[in-house]
Amino acid sequence: MELSVLGQDNDSPALGAGGCSSGSCGGTDDQLSHLPDDIREKVHNHPCYSEEAHHYFARMHVAVAPACNIQCHYCNRKYDCANESRPGVVSELLTPDQAVKKVKAVAANIPQMTVLGIAGPGDPLANPERTFDTFRQLSEQAPDIKLCVSTNGLALPDAVEELAKHNIDHVTITINCVDPEVGANIYPWIYWNNRRIHGRKAAKILIQQQQKGLEMLVERGILVKVNSVLIPGVNDEHLKEVSKVVKAKGAFLHNVMPLIAEAEHGTFYGVMGQRSPDPEELQDLQDACAGDMNMMRHCRQCRADAVGLLGEDRGDEFTLDKIETMEIDYDAAMVKRAAIHAAIKQELDEKAAKKARLATMSVPTAPDSGLGGQHRPVLMAVATSGGGVINQHFGHASEFLVYEASPGGVRFIGHRKVDQYCIGGDSCGEKESALAGSIRALKGCEAVLCSKIGFEPWNDLEAAGIQPNGEHAMEPIEEAVMAVYEEMVREGRLERDRTLQQVSA
Amino acid sequence: MALKIVESCVNCWACVDVCPSDAIHASDTHFKIDARKCTECDGDYAEQQCASICPIEGAILLADGAPANPLGSLTGIPPERMAEAMRDIQAR
Repeated sequence: MELSVLGQDNDSPALGAGGCSSGSCGGTDDQLSHLPDDIREKVHNHPCYSEEAHHYFARMHVAVAPACNIQCHYCNRKYDCANESRPGVVSELLTPDQAVKKVKAVAANIPQMTVLGIAGPGDPLANPERTFDTFRQLSEQAPDIKLCVSTNGLALPDAVEELAKHNIDHVTITINCVDPEVGANIYPWIYWNNRRIHGRKAAKILIQQQQKGLEMLVERGILVKVNSVLIPGVNDEHLKEVSKVVKAKGAFLHNVMPLIAEAEHGTFYGVMGQRSPDPEELQDLQDACAGDMNMMRHCRQCRADAVGLLGEDRGDEFTLDKIETMEIDYDAAMVKRAAIHAAIKQELDEKAAKKARLATMSVPTAPDSGLGGQHRPVLMAVATSGGGVINQHFGHASEFLVYEASPGGVRFIGHRKVDQYCIGGDSCGEKESALAGSIRALKGCEAVLCSKIGFEPWNDLEAAGIQPNGEHAMEPIEEAVMAVYEEMVREGRLERDRTLQQVSA
Repeated sequence: MALKIVESCVNCWACVDVCPSDAIHASDTHFKIDARKCTECDGDYAEQQCASICPIEGAILLADGAPANPLGSLTGIPPERMAEAMRDIQAR
């Protein structure tokens, strides 16, 4: 099977119509619209592969893979922490049998959970027996769950046959570089052929294995997502090259994530003071890569034992002692799950049909000011707890989704966490009021849309130049964002600002 | 002679999987090496396998008691820099 990749096909209708050069035009739903039906079918309910799906469908990771065969400078192998939310961290390791029990318990209690991934806390393919035992049992006992795996790629070529055998049709490879000189500053060592190998030589082997693994997966029709960690000053410019290379080899989606580097995490980058990228840097790089590649912007960099919708973690409800007491009738659960999945699919289909109707109208429907298409784009933050609608109280949001509205439409940009990555004891992070932290996290946004908001945050947000808006509660996100944008256009705010910008420029 | 795992072990299983002598087992606190089974990989590999894959500095001791992977050798973080960072965090 041949996979087509987004962004390169000039004949594709959505790109041709808008004349956008960046490949980032159009709503985020269009992310998948260029793909052949069989591939869309594979990803339509995968929250990590489809931006739209992540509002409706949940995922979980089981921590059966503690061993790792490489060291990355953004990782600390002391992985056991209840309070940190980042890849490579878990609360408890599971045996394959425990993992299977947990997956069935979650599937029965959170029927929107469609995807089970193994992502650590080490490298799944450095734990082949534990990983494949889990996959084998699940493919037999819970056939309605999609299986996927995330790997650093070092052991990937040797695992491709086995992956294909277990019907694993989604694989994520973390590729931070295609140049060993760059890699030597990211990976201090690998374990390879029974030796620990350091530096450039190690990076060269890792890169070769990653690229070979990518090619082998694509040959077998397995969907490959590439994750890259954006490390300012180390691989930021280089990631554009990475994006080109992996796209050319048939990767389906590129997910550029910001480096997480806090000193208290004890990682090399954290301790050595390597800075993380700010949201604008991340967005600029994603936009730069988007000309070549289908980009993922909704990743939450979740823990290796995360449970629930992206951005939420319900792992506490499914600890080993709790699942021990749950009696699961999986056949009954599958019936219920199928009904719920069908209802979500119907909702999504209706949404798509409505969107198709709206696409025939021109947006925004602002009074003709003669400046049509001249209004500047605006970033807006949205508080949602899922379902693709604005349904969360400002103060309850642990993250905000950021959308860009422009005369071309609404597009999803990314998310901003308002909790610190570590919410643990006094040793974790500097103290800052939650509200001040939220306002800082929303830098660059000009409005925040939520279901409700209190008096105090309202004033503080306004003072910070961010207009709170609770008028669109329970409305679909994209439509509400466009409505607010149109209002801004009507009020002349976007022209005036533009004039000011020109004057001050 | 045998290698030894100490309490800084994080129980990641990596060493168990690569030991040619099946000498490593889980225990209540951390993994342990059975001194009667450990061959220091003599005859199997040029380098001791557990010490070659272990990600934690200081967690494995060589037969002479010295750490197989001294502080700074795996993470690349100079020990004095690490100590300084720890002091900063404690002082917050």
